[in-house]
Amino acid sequence: MGSMTFHPEDPYHAFITTVRDPEYTEGPLSGVPVAIKDNISTSGIETTCGSAILRGYIPPYDAHVITLLRRAGAAIVGKTNMDEFGMGTTTESSAFGPTTNPNDSSRVPGGSSGGSAAAVAAGMVPYALGSDTGGSIRCPASFCGIVGLKPSYGRVSRFGLIAYANSLEQIGPMARDVSGVSRIFSVIAGHDPRDATSADRPYNHEPDSDVMDGLKIGIPDEYFGEGVDPAVRETVTGALDICSSMGAELIPCRMPSMQYSLAAYYVICTSEASSNLARFDGIRYGPAVNTKKRWHDAFSDYRHDHFGKEVRRRIMLGTFALSEGYYGRYYQKAQAARRMVREDFRRILTQVDIIAGPTMPTIAYRLGEKTKDPLQMYLADILTVPANLAGVPAISVPCGMIEKMPVGFQIMGSNFHEEAIIDAAYAFEQEMKHGR
Amino acid sequence: MADEIIIGLEIHCQLHTASKLFCGCDTDFRSDAPNTHTCPVCLGLPGSMPMLNKKAVEYALMVAKALHCEVLSECEFSRKNYFYPDLNKAYQITQYDKPLAENGHILIEGDNGEKKIRITRIHLEEDPGRSVHMGSQERGRYTLVDYNRAGIPLIEIVTEPDLRSPKEARRLLNKMRATLEYLNVFDSEAEGSLRVDANISIKGSNRVEIKNISSYKGVEKALLFEVTRQKNVIRRGLTVERETRHFLESRGVTTSSRSKEEENDYRYFPEPDLLPLQVKSWVDTIILPELPDARRERFKTRYGCFTEHAKTLTGSKKTADFFESVAGNNPALASTWIADYLLGELNYRDMSIDSVPPSHFTDLLNHLATEAITDKSGVEILRAMLDQIAEGKPIETPTAIIARLGLAKTGGDEIAGMIGDVIKENPQAVKDYYDGKKEALNYLVGQVMKKSRGRADPAQLNTLLVSRLTKEE
Ligand SMILES: [Zn+2]
Repeated sequence: MGSMTFHPEDPYHAFITTVRDPEYTEGPLSGVPVAIKDNISTSGIETTCGSAILRGYIPPYDAHVITLLRRAGAAIVGKTNMDEFGMGTTTESSAFGPTTNPNDSSRVPGGSSGGSAAAVAAGMVPYALGSDTGGSIRCPASFCGIVGLKPSYGRVSRFGLIAYANSLEQIGPMARDVSGVSRIFSVIAGHDPRDATSADRPYNHEPDSDVMDGLKIGIPDEYFGEGVDPAVRETVTGALDICSSMGAELIPCRMPSMQYSLAAYYVICTSEASSNLARFDGIRYGPAVNTKKRWHDAFSDYRHDHFGKEVRRRIMLGTFALSEGYYGRYYQKAQAARRMVREDFRRILTQVDIIAGPTMPTIAYRLGEKTKDPLQMYLADILTVPANLAGVPAISVPCGMIEKMPVGFQIMGSNFHEEAIIDAAYAFEQEMKHGR
Repeated sequence: MADEIIIGLEIHCQLHTASKLFCGCDTDFRSDAPNTHTCPVCLGLPGSMPMLNKKAVEYALMVAKALHCEVLSECEFSRKNYFYPDLNKAYQITQYDKPLAENGHILIEGDNGEKKIRITRIHLEEDPGRSVHMGSQERGRYTLVDYNRAGIPLIEIVTEPDLRSPKEARRLLNKMRATLEYLNVFDSEAEGSLRVDANISIKGSNRVEIKNISSYKGVEKALLFEVTRQKNVIRRGLTVERETRHFLESRGVTTSSRSKEEENDYRYFPEPDLLPLQVKSWVDTIILPELPDARRERFKTRYGCFTEHAKTLTGSKKTADFFESVAGNNPALASTWIADYLLGELNYRDMSIDSVPPSHFTDLLNHLATEAITDKSGVEILRAMLDQIAEGKPIETPTAIIARLGLAKTGGDEIAGMIGDVIKENPQAVKDYYDGKKEALNYLVGQVMKKSRGRADPAQLNTLLVSRLTKEE
């Protein structure tokens, strides 16, 4: 048992809430500070999802991952900033203002787990939890130059994660290096009966750097195609050359479902979001609804006033996609496309051990650069959403710099084979650090 | 030509599980304060997730099996999205495209004999919370919300439009209630445990849906009102509008409800937080208890009950259980006294049969069996006993009541004395009897009965009086 003090300077606005004197217990993480994305419920600590609609909401219970972290002795030091409800790629849509990138504070940290990435990149905490619905851990990891893992769907309990798109998202660890990610992952992975989609697949693994020799790496053409910045392409190709020099076999492959994946992703995530976010009505938590108005008026005014623009846009898109007469045309079609994505991964992963490519098509944008054009921002998710649609694990590890900004190298693997991608990422990271 | 009435029902029953459908909260909330049986899951707190109650699935499967339904090889839960303050998550977890079971039937006593009513589907869903409007819904100043009920497991049983009269609808409900009670999955006496939506049309006209009828009697009343209303509309040469109506229990009428809340597109889609269920093989391992039809037949063969008595006794599980607990050596007497006397007296007092101690009732039957008391005294004792129960007083045994009220059947000497007195006091009636007027004898019997305060056996008294009059002649 112990307590520590945590009141850091926060020049990048990584935190929405900090816990000034967090307590901790004995355990493998005893006294280790961990920052938590603000969409993960923490008993007694305000949890807002970066939204005004949850301002003041203090959950009466801990998310399963928080229970596990506390049990391991970790000190929960604060709640990190994020795009409102996870809907964004820049952490600019937070109702609490944007987070900036510790590598260059005129740039975004990526999103939606931008606060967690910035807190780790700035050295405020060694570890953080993020959540990844369509790239929300990997994108900020890539933009901030840290490591982030999106686990296989079901390997980490979502109980307590405030849902944005249930069928796509996972909580995952973020750290400065692969062993850090592996260390936190070993605490949070495993079965939880309170999450019906949770699998009984605990993780007890030490990263092994001796795996590159003979490793078959699938390189999908689509990950190096149109829309990917040539400089990013070049940096990631360099990373692949390193893998190759370590004995890995690079095997070109095709992922034809990529042409549908972004559209499928946005139909599914907005549909689920339109339903998940309907409960925010000011009756049970958050700022109170105006009880003087008639119910329907009070409700719609409240939601208009408290949700940000991007959230309202996605709720409307999802509501439309699920409407009678459009359900078959959008939602069902998106599910069909999703099956194609899964099938592409299954097929490729029978021929190779892992799949690799860039995490993001570009380096971090400048603040405000993408906020005017939502479609441009949606396109940035093209390389990360396939792993969410397929449910497979994916990790982003730094692989170089462009204009002094970090570039992320993405490694994806078979369902519940985090061990394989963590080993590959670790081997690559060690080679980058010591090999040359 | 009689207009053909077409009725189909959607019956929502709360399953009597110990905990709610998706969380561990206790379902026994009715005597507790609002919002005391709640947790993050049934309050719909952000981040909470549903965890399916296995017992609720088992109960639903029992119902499916009892109603001869096919259980689907895979069923799934869906979200029904609509906004309402008492709907904790702004969606209800229910089943839509792939329900638990389909294509069953139930036998009822139809207007023209036994009849098979087809069951379209059975699905599982959660109950929403409850809104308590302070004042009218339109003009009330505010509404309170209680989430104790939120998450109570419900099954919805949908029938085909096979019912042809409000009476058949009531009989179907009675049979359904009995079946669910026999399965031990339903508490019909718990307030709000049953809610019915009824579809009704006159053949050739539009269908009207009556929503949310919350009592057994209400269903028949609402349907009777609708039949009359729709027939009148047609008689006046107008068209029955296709619409949703509400039943106002207090006034016994249905009213059109065109409020905005009901023009809903529910935007159903599969619940991503629950996996599809594969429970087809489970249903084969479920062994059902004896159901009403089987029990009725057994009562006839084992206890020799009359068909009508057997039907009445097995019409509710509690009554049937009570009968079997008191039948003992006198099943014929027990069946008559329960079916013909006790149920009526209970109904009159709005009491449940399980408030009657079987030992007391057995005591009463024993006195009747040994002819120690008359039937008339038996009824008097029964009423005294039920009144004591109803008033919460200590319950006397029938033996004690007999002693206190002096209801033991009168013996020979006492009766002989009374007969002598009556003959003396009624010379005109005696004369009439000798003159051959039969009614005079009845009058004299009545006078003796009055003197005995019902303790004399009427048949015995008749013989005694005739022989005395014959002697005196
Ligand atoms: Zn609960």
